[in-house]
Amino acid sequence: MQSINLAEHSVRQLNQLLHDQYNHLDERQWDVSQTSGQHNIACGLNQNLEVNIHGHVGYFCAGMNQLAYVTVHGNAGQGVAENMMSGTVHVKGDASSAAGATAHGGLLIVDGNTGARCGISMKGCDIVVKGNVGHMSCFMAQAGTLVVCGDAGEALGDSLYETVIYVKGKVQSLGADCIEKPVTEKHLKKLKKLLKSAGAEEDPAQFKRYGSARQLYNFKVDNAY
Amino acid sequence: MCGIVGLYLKNQTLENQLGSMFAPMLEAMTGRGPDSAGFAIYGDQAQEGSTKITLRHPDLEYDWDTLAHHAQTHLAVNVAFNRNHNAAVFKMATDAKTANAYFATHAPEVALLSAGQSIEILKAVGLPGDISSDFNLTSMQGSHIIGHTRMATESAVTLEGSHPFSTGQDLCLVHNGSFSNHNRLRTELAYHGYQMKTENDTEVAAGYLTWRMDQGDTLDQSLQHALQDLDGFYTLAIGTKNGFAVIRDPIACKPAVLAETDDYVAMASEYQALTSLVNIEHARIWEPEPATIYSWQRDSQQG
Repeated sequence: MQSINLAEHSVRQLNQLLHDQYNHLDERQWDVSQTSGQHNIACGLNQNLEVNIHGHVGYFCAGMNQLAYVTVHGNAGQGVAENMMSGTVHVKGDASSAAGATAHGGLLIVDGNTGARCGISMKGCDIVVKGNVGHMSCFMAQAGTLVVCGDAGEALGDSLYETVIYVKGKVQSLGADCIEKPVTEKHLKKLKKLLKSAGAEEDPAQFKRYGSARQLYNFKVDNAY
Repeated sequence: MCGIVGLYLKNQTLENQLGSMFAPMLEAMTGRGPDSAGFAIYGDQAQEGSTKITLRHPDLEYDWDTLAHHAQTHLAVNVAFNRNHNAAVFKMATDAKTANAYFATHAPEVALLSAGQSIEILKAVGLPGDISSDFNLTSMQGSHIIGHTRMATESAVTLEGSHPFSTGQDLCLVHNGSFSNHNRLRTELAYHGYQMKTENDTEVAAGYLTWRMDQGDTLDQSLQHALQDLDGFYTLAIGTKNGFAVIRDPIACKPAVLAETDDYVAMASEYQALTSLVNIEHARIWEPEPATIYSWQRDSQQG
């Protein structure tokens, strides 16, 4: 295992060391300390690495992640795991707004709460939040699954496309074109699998499912080119 | 962009360290605002019936002695002052209105940055670190302080446009974001008799709170009204003589982090600015909710 102290190395140096593993993998396990809330830590990884970050991180931590398993032992700032393609990002504390924004694949786990716009425009990743999510979560989300074990803020799933949302607690309000939908065996099975992979000990039967009513402009065949 | 920071001491024994705790917080926000910076510190109170005024003149050699002497003779009241870089803090045994009128008439070349009993505003164009050392921030004492690092958007990079703004006694706010209805509000405030000094949108927000509090609002009530009437993207940190508050607009696009321990409440645009604080690793850290007022108040007996 290699340990990097960010009081002694710049984030750029750290990220370069991690990127170098793409061409030649000789170290899988990395430990990062003294983060001091710096931005862009462990961004753009593209190798099957295990990165443990000790401390709070700033914006865009583990952004654009591919393959790597990144754990933040602390809180994360805006846009954690934004545009993730694959791999897993696990935040042990809270995450700020736009967690998992535009992410295409992989799994984002947040043990605490997230701020506003969690999963905004997500394109296929899975997000499991063990606490609450803020307002406008899954705004214009296109594919993938958001699971919220706590409550959801205002305008959940506004202008939703094909992302599926499961919420166990209260939903303050649903956004435009987002409706509650029945939970079938197929959904329960998928939810159970997701909860398990996130280490969330919840009963899938207690969740409600939300999705797009497909009534907005884009869904009308008359508006197609 | 801009960065804002605030530090409010719950433990009074730390008051002699306020400046040294705060200086690294301000400097940590250089990346968010390298154009200009400033801070409003609350402490070293003027006696009851006296007024504390912060004045500034671009000339470092400006003759404050003569001005103080003239004020003392002209108003026939006690005047004492401390020079700090290109600013001077006057304490005058008169009310704020008389003091303001005196300087407007007899020293129009001097800019009046704040008036009240406790507040002192120091600000300049340049890097936060330089400004902090020019004014010797690390040696300053007080109960609470709010600061701003500016990346200009709504008006030019000038001293006039640099923050914080104070429009009423001991009231001050710092702001990250922009207000979209500041022109209309400026006109409305003028109608109520509040004339803004600059074209800056933040000054209008400060003026708005001053107006509300003059109408009898408490700090929390004035902020409740602000959430209704201020349109735009904003995170605000507000200081009053005894209080400190933080609010974000309902959309909450502009960042904010709060941290609280038994000793202090700290606020910053980014967590980076809090890392230098003692015991931060054991603080309760959270992101303020949109359209929610967070405020702390000392009871006035404690001053």
